[in-house]
Amino acid sequence: MKAIKDYIKRLFLWELFQGLRITGRYLFEKKITVQYPDEKTPQSHRFRGRHALRRYPNGEERCIACKLCEAVCPALAITIEAAPRADGTRRTTRYDIDLTKCIFCGFCEESCPVDSIVETRVFEYCGEQRHDLLMNKEKLLAAGEQLEKALAADKALDQAYH
Amino acid sequence: METLLYLILTVIKILVIVIPLLLCVAYLTYAERKIIGYMQVRIGPNRVNFSAIPGLRKLRGLGQPIADALKLMFKEIIIPSNTDRFLFFIAPMLVMAPALAAWAVIPFNDGWVLADINAGLLYLLAMTSMGVYGILIAGWASNSKYAFLGTLRSAAQIISYEIAMGFALVGVLMAAGSLNLSNIVAAQQGSILHWYWLPLLPLFVIYFISGVAETNRAPFDVAEGESEIVAGFHVEYSGMLFAVFFLAEYANIILIAVLSAILFLGGWLSPFEGIIPTDTPLIGWVAQSSFLWLAMKVSFFLFLFLWFRATFPRYRYDQLMRLGWKVFIPITLVWIVVLGVAILAKMPPWFA
Repeated sequence: MKAIKDYIKRLFLWELFQGLRITGRYLFEKKITVQYPDEKTPQSHRFRGRHALRRYPNGEERCIACKLCEAVCPALAITIEAAPRADGTRRTTRYDIDLTKCIFCGFCEESCPVDSIVETRVFEYCGEQRHDLLMNKEKLLAAGEQLEKALAADKALDQAYH
Repeated sequence: METLLYLILTVIKILVIVIPLLLCVAYLTYAERKIIGYMQVRIGPNRVNFSAIPGLRKLRGLGQPIADALKLMFKEIIIPSNTDRFLFFIAPMLVMAPALAAWAVIPFNDGWVLADINAGLLYLLAMTSMGVYGILIAGWASNSKYAFLGTLRSAAQIISYEIAMGFALVGVLMAAGSLNLSNIVAAQQGSILHWYWLPLLPLFVIYFISGVAETNRAPFDVAEGESEIVAGFHVEYSGMLFAVFFLAEYANIILIAVLSAILFLGGWLSPFEGIIPTDTPLIGWVAQSSFLWLAMKVSFFLFLFLWFRATFPRYRYDQLMRLGWKVFIPITLVWIVVLGVAILAKMPPWFA
């Protein structure tokens, strides 16, 4: 009996019509495409994009060269060299991040005891040459100065979860 | 002088058919991308507009087919080193020529036909099966394994489905008692119930499905098989030669849609003929038979082509053969006998 029923079903293309019904319904469904350069998806305040080094409001750089970020970095993308500054404080003389190695895990930001290294919301960047993707201390600090307002706001949003 | 005039007039008629046809082909590709996109919850092309013309800035990408055509024209035609150059160049033309030639016998309205020949249906059958030679030669001349596999599949498929298609046409020819396409439409006069889709329903379905197979469209696109043999017979083609294959494929799709409309859905006849009198105020015009009805029916079939492509996965090669030989041919044979009995019994309203 079931065999006959199946045979008739197949002969009358039953399942094919079911398939057509589904695609026919989707024809009128709301489209989910995001027209990227014109429209953008919302970002979390924890978005992990290109890095920046922050400063204190008085202009002093936060980084104290503890090298926790360098130690935790799973991709070995961070290179730090440190030396005492003229006023006797410990500071970095070199702070490089190789963005071609970085996997944007955010461990550096999590490990930082002074909220110095952060991952910003900037994800639309590119390099025409390899060295364009090698960040150094100047570039990182410049990015931090440019984005400080937004970075501080994001950090404040995250306070509730600490 | 007389002959020259006749020649010029014929050339003009040909242009009147071919130019709108090629435009239809261009915008069928647009409709395809748009409709399939919509069925996949995407938007489809919506960037290329005619921005130079002020009123046409927001046209949802209607310039796309023109941009595509221009791009293909300016691309380099790459000729693989071990090809048979003559065959390589002639193959796209051998695909294109029958696809266009078939349009000579298509009646678009009462009397709107380029060549009103009595063996129109036979001519069509001959022309549509000629296209496979182009595909065969393309695959052979490319000297590539993938192209050759695609060719073999395509040849086997088209031969198998030609038979079912031929039998479906035999049904139409029995019902109409004529091979002339204008006469076939005339024989369907009456209302929507007088058209042949009703008495020939299985043949109609089989004809359309075979038509999808004949044009190498999804779900019967084993000859192209993007996911298994890259692109089948036209894998080695590029630029305008490749575009010609595509033009031919889409011209064939439109041809199959037009034929389905003419043979089974009464061509240019109005479905309300005899239901609403033509002199009724306001809605009387819908009962009038006109080219618009044919256009609507053709659009419906074209939409089905796109709908199928968005819905069905590709048939496996053995399933394809089984469907052609073990399902379609027996059904058509049985239905031809049923039809013969119906015609002998002068069954109203079709064969009275």
